[in-house]
Amino acid sequence: MTARVGVITFPGTLDDVDAARAVRYSGVEAVPLWHADADLHGVDAVVVPGGFSYGDYLRAGAIAAQAPVMRAVIDAAKSGMPVLGICNGFQVLCEAGLLPGALVRNAGLKFVCRDQWLRAENTTSAWTSRYESGAEILIPLKNAEGRYVAPEAVLDELEGEGRVLFRYIGSATADTTLAPANPNGAQRDIAGICSADGRIAGLMPHPEHAIDPLTGPTDDGLGFFFSVVDFLEGVKVS
Amino acid sequence: MLFFKPAEGTTAVARVAVDVVIKSEILDPQGKAILAALSRTGHPGISSVRQGKHFDLEVDDTVTDEDLEEIAGHLLANSVIEDWTVTRLDTR
Repeated sequence: MTARVGVITFPGTLDDVDAARAVRYSGVEAVPLWHADADLHGVDAVVVPGGFSYGDYLRAGAIAAQAPVMRAVIDAAKSGMPVLGICNGFQVLCEAGLLPGALVRNAGLKFVCRDQWLRAENTTSAWTSRYESGAEILIPLKNAEGRYVAPEAVLDELEGEGRVLFRYIGSATADTTLAPANPNGAQRDIAGICSADGRIAGLMPHPEHAIDPLTGPTDDGLGFFFSVVDFLEGVKVS
Repeated sequence: MLFFKPAEGTTAVARVAVDVVIKSEILDPQGKAILAALSRTGHPGISSVRQGKHFDLEVDDTVTDEDLEEIAGHLLANSVIEDWTVTRLDTR
């Protein structure tokens, strides 16, 4: 039986179509989930995609974190279901308490939209096992509230437990005076993190926009989706 | 102005102010931009600006101080990045 990966749409979500396409590129079924759904339609994993859920009212992700479908996601995630939050989805997972820390206004105040180099730090999580440790990938980044912050003790814990998935880096040729490696002032250059069990992941840049060189800078983002398929098939075999 | 009639037996309505501001140890780039604009527009002597949010609530007498702390600390503010105060303004 092929795995089924749910992709949530909130009012204001933008990237659900690309996220669903990325799921299909990895060879499994993408299942649309609506913000008002009370259950997850039996999916094996969930992607919370990017956008401006509920217009970013109150704080980015704050209202979405209270949506009915998120109650089901929180329960499922606590039982071990893999969940990936991308951009606004990362903000939602932090607001829902599934990941520590928060995403706040970019240090430079501007909405940053560019292709961003990242370095793989954790390659054992449910969402990153297809990457080689230290691998450098190029995927799009687009947000105004992408600066990851958390108390120092939490940052130390994340680093100590190997829960930083990716960090921002500069490219070998980039003029760093024009494009600093860290696009938003995120603490310790953190672009993405995961839960202690590696199943709940959040990332500000967009792997779902980098799955085909026809439409993205690379296909470097596919690794996230193939990784979770590997994980789900491993779970089903065992 | 009251848009909703209070439920039976809960006639007293209080106004409550909740003020939320980003924690002092977290960079507030919006506040810094406002500070820079103040100095450009001839307002010297101001050393810091922190931008926050203000919420006006109208609550009936079934809403306790504990309820208000819960509302402020778990929805209106994100305790990871923000501090907040709850102030009861008046009863009428």
